[in-house]
Amino acid sequence: MTLLTVRDLTVDFASGVRAVAGLDLDLAAGQVLGVVGESGSGKSVTSLAVLGLLPRDARVGGEVRFDGRELTRLDQRALRRLRGNRIAMVFQDPLSCLNPYYPVAFQIAEAYRAHHRAGRKAAHRVAVRMLERVGIPEAERRARSYPHEFSGGMRQRVMIAMALCLEPDLLIADEPTTALDVTVQAQILDLLRELRRETGTAIMLITHDMGVVAGLADQVVVMRDGRAVERGAVHDVFHRPRQPYTRGLLACVPRIDGPLPRRLPTLAEQT
Amino acid sequence: MSARAAATTDTGSRTAGTAQVTVLRRLLSQRGTALALAAVALLVLVALAAPLITWLTGGSPTAFHGEAVDPALGGLPRGTAGGVSAEHWLGVEPVNGRDVLARVVYGARVSLLIAVLATAVSTLLGTALGLLAGFLGGWADTLIGRLMDLLMSFPSLIFMIALISAAPGADRRLLLIMVLGLFGWPYIGRIVRGQAMVLARGEFVAAARVLGASRRTLLLREVLPNLTGPVLVVATMSIPACIATEAGLSFLGVGVQPPTPSWGQMIASAVPWYASDPAYFLIPGVLLFVTVLAFNVLGDAVRDALDPRSKPR
Amino acid sequence: MIRYLLRRLAVTAAILVVICAATFAIFYLMPADPAQGACGKACSPERLATIRATLGLDRSPFGQFGDYLGGILSGRTYGSGATAVQCPFPCLGFSFQTNQPVWEMLTGRLPVSISIAVGAAALWLFVGVTAGVVSALRRGSLWDRAAMTAALGGVSLPIYFTALVLQYLLVVQLNVLPYPTAVRLTEDPVGWAQSMVMPWITLAMLYAGVYARVTRSEMLESLGRNYVRTARAKGLSEVTVVRRHALRPALMPIVTIFGMDLGALLGGALITESVFGLPGVGKLAADAIASADQPVILGVTLFAASFVVLANLAVDLGYAALDPRVRAVG
Repeated sequence: MTLLTVRDLTVDFASGVRAVAGLDLDLAAGQVLGVVGESGSGKSVTSLAVLGLLPRDARVGGEVRFDGRELTRLDQRALRRLRGNRIAMVFQDPLSCLNPYYPVAFQIAEAYRAHHRAGRKAAHRVAVRMLERVGIPEAERRARSYPHEFSGGMRQRVMIAMALCLEPDLLIADEPTTALDVTVQAQILDLLRELRRETGTAIMLITHDMGVVAGLADQVVVMRDGRAVERGAVHDVFHRPRQPYTRGLLACVPRIDGPLPRRLPTLAEQT
Repeated sequence: MSARAAATTDTGSRTAGTAQVTVLRRLLSQRGTALALAAVALLVLVALAAPLITWLTGGSPTAFHGEAVDPALGGLPRGTAGGVSAEHWLGVEPVNGRDVLARVVYGARVSLLIAVLATAVSTLLGTALGLLAGFLGGWADTLIGRLMDLLMSFPSLIFMIALISAAPGADRRLLLIMVLGLFGWPYIGRIVRGQAMVLARGEFVAAARVLGASRRTLLLREVLPNLTGPVLVVATMSIPACIATEAGLSFLGVGVQPPTPSWGQMIASAVPWYASDPAYFLIPGVLLFVTVLAFNVLGDAVRDALDPRSKPR
Repeated sequence: MIRYLLRRLAVTAAILVVICAATFAIFYLMPADPAQGACGKACSPERLATIRATLGLDRSPFGQFGDYLGGILSGRTYGSGATAVQCPFPCLGFSFQTNQPVWEMLTGRLPVSISIAVGAAALWLFVGVTAGVVSALRRGSLWDRAAMTAALGGVSLPIYFTALVLQYLLVVQLNVLPYPTAVRLTEDPVGWAQSMVMPWITLAMLYAGVYARVTRSEMLESLGRNYVRTARAKGLSEVTVVRRHALRPALMPIVTIFGMDLGALLGGALITESVFGLPGVGKLAADAIASADQPVILGVTLFAASFVVLANLAVDLGYAALDPRVRAVG
């Protein structure tokens, strides 16, 4: 069953920049779709367009169908009920995405209470349980800490806990590992894989890193200049890339088993 | 792709010369700013041409006109709106009947001169000390930083009054310039210090250092030119502040001394007459308000035009 | 936190001593003669000499400064024998023109200054912050442009001009308010409010403009923050997003300037009090300047400076309480 269908999506900004130019996406329930492309290819704008979170000067065209409902025509109230509740989001830089003025458990509980009739205490308990689940040690005590008191990886775990506390049908993860150290990246990917197995949440995984897609996604869409240039099952795209651009993206991933290149190739040389 | 390419060249390859033209064009493209610029230009013109104007209207800022006031009414000007007549276009002062127009244009001279010179003093002090603090760091930074904190935590108005009233006999105009400059420089110094700190660590300064440039050359050739923007903004903002403060001090009786006219002092002497002769406080008051407003609009516009982040509205 | 508090207190005390020394230096080392000021216009050389000895002006500058600091800490006695004048702790000097210790004059005037400052502050904080928030939320709208034009006008208004215009319109022309007089809040609340309305509006017009401009730019900045986007993505209501996630961080710099402005006003709204003839600390200063009563000018300067410095301290402590990141560093 298709959970999210995007048809001919366009996003134009008041400055005249066309960030997304006719994009089609399909994501089945419980599946992981990797959306790959270099920065500026329109992948983050696409994710914000799905949730209706683009700045006011952006014009969105085309269709975004989620669970049978057309999101681009939904009013703010109905959209708000979907956000966090059925479609949740994890962003790139967890430090700037968490409010520095509130303890982490409060920020998780706040998301929970936005959609459930729950008291402060009950919501706090949910938050602590979620923190435990994403692997924060001593969650009970750390729940009252502020974002700046956490490491980068732990902050991203908090973001994931916040996104998953309402058991959404779709998780949009926009570059969830980019701002993190390499070893921490692997841990966060493991966590996402594990949580996906447990909850069956569909994930739209946005990244510039083909390596991240390879480890997690079922399907992959390669974006360039606001369009999809290649799509298919991860295995096919990785082993038989049709587009030189995709081959370029793949060549940017250093491989442990491949020959060591003298210098990492740039995309400009590849295309 | 083409849109992005255009965006890059637009911000990337702008030379210094065209940048200045752009700033000026941005300033003039807004109606409010153009109006403010015109008001300031007119004011400067009036101040410069004060003797010419008084020669034309036949008034003198210091001559008494006993015939224009009515002793029976306690010295209230004869006629309407503060004694407006063919000889006295804006009326006369109560009691001694000095020509208001002449005093106002000479007052503009005094106010502007003091504000501009005080701003010059505070800009010079602030740039020099801020540059030293930001560029040298260490003990120089600590010393200058503390001094700035101290000066900014003083209740400056009372302190200025104390300073001025403790020095009787000195030329008030000179004293005002020094005092306004003394209390104004930390605001410029703070910004210059912050910018200098960033610039001193900047790559092009590092590059110049590697090439063997001396400290002096670095300061004057590399850092100073990059500070003109922020300094220009703060200096533009400082002029209306100085005008307002000078008028305030004159209003409190520690500013410019009569017979030299100043707007603040005119308003102060109008206080006892505000109910019977409102024109007397309205004329210098409105002029003061318009002048400060024009400079403030200009300051905002210069800041917006120089700040690459802000979009023209 | 305790160490931070102690360090800040020590710095505050040091700043106060420096301000004290600077003020003292201005008055006692400059050409103006305090004895002449105390003696008044008709003054005989003998009387001048007596006053000189009574004030301790025959001592070295450092000795005089020591006397002054000692007086603040434990009170002092001017002169000796039958003509001795007691100045109890905390002695900020003695006015021989009014025959009163400066401290008594200050504390007597303080309630008026507090009334003016607190009322005006409440008014401008409410008006300025509300206008700034609405402007930021409706950036570019007609309201935004109108409010920002008004704010710029308010910022450019000279206080004494506003005061005169208000007094002319409300008292002389429309007759809706009486002339401001000193009325005690406890004795006649309505009369007190009536006499305070004009000073409040006068000050609030200036400060509300400043606060509206600062609030707007801070709100625009915080509305663009990533955590505000996160808050929206969570499905919070727009009211909660604005109030909890955008306004709270935007209020931090406003707390700073508010503390400083209120502190400065508590030490006397010099011009406002003078124009309306309200006997606050600022009027005391203006009168003392007019009559060259130097001990009073010195005392008011120190008094006002203390308010500013203490407000600084309060702002820093408030910041530590409000911002978890500062708390962690301290």
